[in-house]
Amino acid sequence: MRLLATTAAALCLTATGALAHGDDECAVGKTLEDGVLTIATGNPAFYPWVLNDAPESGEGFEAAVAYAIAAEMGFDADAVTWVRTSFDEAIQPGPKNFDFNIQQYSITPEREQMVDFSLPYYTSAMAVLTTEAVVEAGAEPTLESLRGLLWGADANTTAVPMLTEIVGPERDAMLYGDNVDVTAAMQAGQIDAALFDLPTALYLAAVVVEGGTILGQFPADRSDNPDQFGLLMEEGNPLKECVDHAIEHLTESGRLAEIEAEWLQAATGVPVIQ
Amino acid sequence: MRGKLELTNVWKSFGDHQVCRGVDLSVGAGQMVCLIGASGSGKSTLLRCMNLLEPIDEGTIHLDGQDISEPGLDAQPIRTRIGIVFQSYNLFPHMTAAQNVMLAPRRVRGKTPAELAAPVQALFARFGLADRMDHYPDQLSGGQQQRVAIIRALAMSPEIMLFDEITSALDPELVGEVLDVLRQLRHEGMTMVLATHEMSFARELADTVCFLDGGRIIEQGPPEAIFAAPREARTRAFLERVL
Amino acid sequence: MTDAPLRGAAGDTSAAPTRRQAYEARLKRRSNMIAAGSTIAVVLAVVVLVPLAPGWEAVQRSFFNGEVFAATFPGLLNAFMLDVAIFLWCAPAIAILGLLIALCRDVRAPALFPLRMFGALYTDIFRGLPVILVIYLVGFGVPGLGLPRPWNSPYIWGSLALILVYAAYVAEVIRSGIDSIHQSQRSAAASLGLSEADTMRFVVLPQAIRNVAPANMNLFIALQKDVALLSFIGPVEIFRQAGVYKSLMANFTPYVGAALIFLAITIPATRYADYLLHKQRRRQR
Repeated sequence: MRLLATTAAALCLTATGALAHGDDECAVGKTLEDGVLTIATGNPAFYPWVLNDAPESGEGFEAAVAYAIAAEMGFDADAVTWVRTSFDEAIQPGPKNFDFNIQQYSITPEREQMVDFSLPYYTSAMAVLTTEAVVEAGAEPTLESLRGLLWGADANTTAVPMLTEIVGPERDAMLYGDNVDVTAAMQAGQIDAALFDLPTALYLAAVVVEGGTILGQFPADRSDNPDQFGLLMEEGNPLKECVDHAIEHLTESGRLAEIEAEWLQAATGVPVIQ
Repeated sequence: MRGKLELTNVWKSFGDHQVCRGVDLSVGAGQMVCLIGASGSGKSTLLRCMNLLEPIDEGTIHLDGQDISEPGLDAQPIRTRIGIVFQSYNLFPHMTAAQNVMLAPRRVRGKTPAELAAPVQALFARFGLADRMDHYPDQLSGGQQQRVAIIRALAMSPEIMLFDEITSALDPELVGEVLDVLRQLRHEGMTMVLATHEMSFARELADTVCFLDGGRIIEQGPPEAIFAAPREARTRAFLERVL
Repeated sequence: MTDAPLRGAAGDTSAAPTRRQAYEARLKRRSNMIAAGSTIAVVLAVVVLVPLAPGWEAVQRSFFNGEVFAATFPGLLNAFMLDVAIFLWCAPAIAILGLLIALCRDVRAPALFPLRMFGALYTDIFRGLPVILVIYLVGFGVPGLGLPRPWNSPYIWGSLALILVYAAYVAEVIRSGIDSIHQSQRSAAASLGLSEADTMRFVVLPQAIRNVAPANMNLFIALQKDVALLSFIGPVEIFRQAGVYKSLMANFTPYVGAALIFLAITIPATRYADYLLHKQRRRQR
């Protein structure tokens, strides 16, 4: 038995040893499966985070970040496997079927009591998705104008408390199970505007919502807790230190910024809401 | 002489089963006609045909000279002139005795409850049920329920009353109170047709007794003739069984 | 049970129980003890064994978290008022539409055959579709045709979806009630000269509706729960509110709170429906 384990560890070392990164042994023995990094994402995974719902391709911001982190941790692209989870599956108690989960999880203190988050890999501004018709009807990127709109949001996102804290709409907001339903309601004229992270909002406005447009964005430092995305892990996951180290390294080296520039549309030209 | 109710060559079948096979019957005004015969001889169906609850296949039924068996005729006004009481009472269980009685006069004749209060009360009193008006059917005995059913039919002031074995479902000790009602109606001159197994009652009060067998009237005549000297062998055999 | 009627039943006025009564009392005591014993054993097993499970602590923190419960319960209760309101405006509409559909299926005049066919088609379709599907189709689809506000509100169309589906079930229940009324009642009404419409209105329907009241009651209990499905098209009722809390706190306790609120309404209602059914069975015997 011991012999077998030793052999496996040795094999692992040989496999990873070929990589050039320095700090690539921190994950050994801490993953679900030795020598394999299991990463979870949403089902489906949305543009621009993952292109064509195919994270294996490494295309899309989160897919690229995941592979960069994996490489930092000493895993070849071949040694990465993907699984899909819903939000609920990710937070339910009990053993997880992933090492970490990457699907735009905003880091909040409440959530941190139940699960572990890595250091943030992205800081997002929140943006207001709306339609041309609403703009023509007189909606403006001012808080006063925004308050009078009929709002919608994805119920599983931190857009919900932000909506209340920052905008404070006059009428109760409508909440939905996912982006698709939010956009359906917008298309049906049941809501005027919806709050999303900027990349998602840009994508929805350009591709999904007919006549969709971005009314404006809230600066990332607008609220006390800017919306920061982190990798979600089971609480007490021994891998956390290793993951954080990888992200730290990617941030310092400027690699993370490169990936962001490559996959996330520049947010220039979107007016900032005062 | 033409009778008040005149049946001529009445045929009725349910599918392949012929229930009435050429019945001729005349009921004079103020007369009481009793239909006797074994179960399944067609007595009930004949009564239901007279009331137009069942359309007849062939023949005619005339009421005061009007052909009421004409296909397509509106049966509703005719039925209000011919009351029927069933073996199983068929009271409306969700209404009190008084509500049972008042429903048709209100809906069909357009009377108001105020207009009906006095006459309905009088009807209940006449048949000894003044203190049972506000009872629901399941709070009444079988005999009381059957008397309410008779009052319900009478409340429409029918010209003819049909009684379909109305004592057959009653406990023996309750039969008398219902027959007393019939006796009373007889004395008041109501035109009546009864399907009955109460031979002594038929003998005592009927003007005409008809013996039915296999959907035909085999023999008819005054009760003394039928009961004392039946001409037909089948009538004799039936009477021997039941008397 | 007092022993007075027992004595009476035995035709014996003395206090001494008969042999049979003594035997039955023994039997009853024995079965009571067995029932109590097995109940205690099961409760003990649950209370003692479940917390011994290795994942219990995690489950407790995630589903039965006192802090989260206290923080979210008032909000949930508040959101539940929306469920109640939706229920209250849907229920009468369902009762009326269900009745109309049931009547459609019972018309006998040949000229009204299309009505009859419509009734049959209606119940077939809406009983055959998942409620959530109808809510999506009607709730997003109809307003998508370009209705102006406020006529495109998800409250209106979502409620309509619930009404359409539940009316189909109620119609079937009422129709079974109408079928259960014996033909002799219709004969009696017809013999008095009542029209078919009056016969239906005054004789058949009141009895039919009373007969199926417990079944309808159960449908309305189900409706109270299915109101939560409206959350899929926007309204923030208790289920959605619980979801928001769950998402913000990464904790399932708000769902447990919502479940408790639902049960507080549905258990008494279910008991009441059972009581009605029991009473009715007794009456029919």
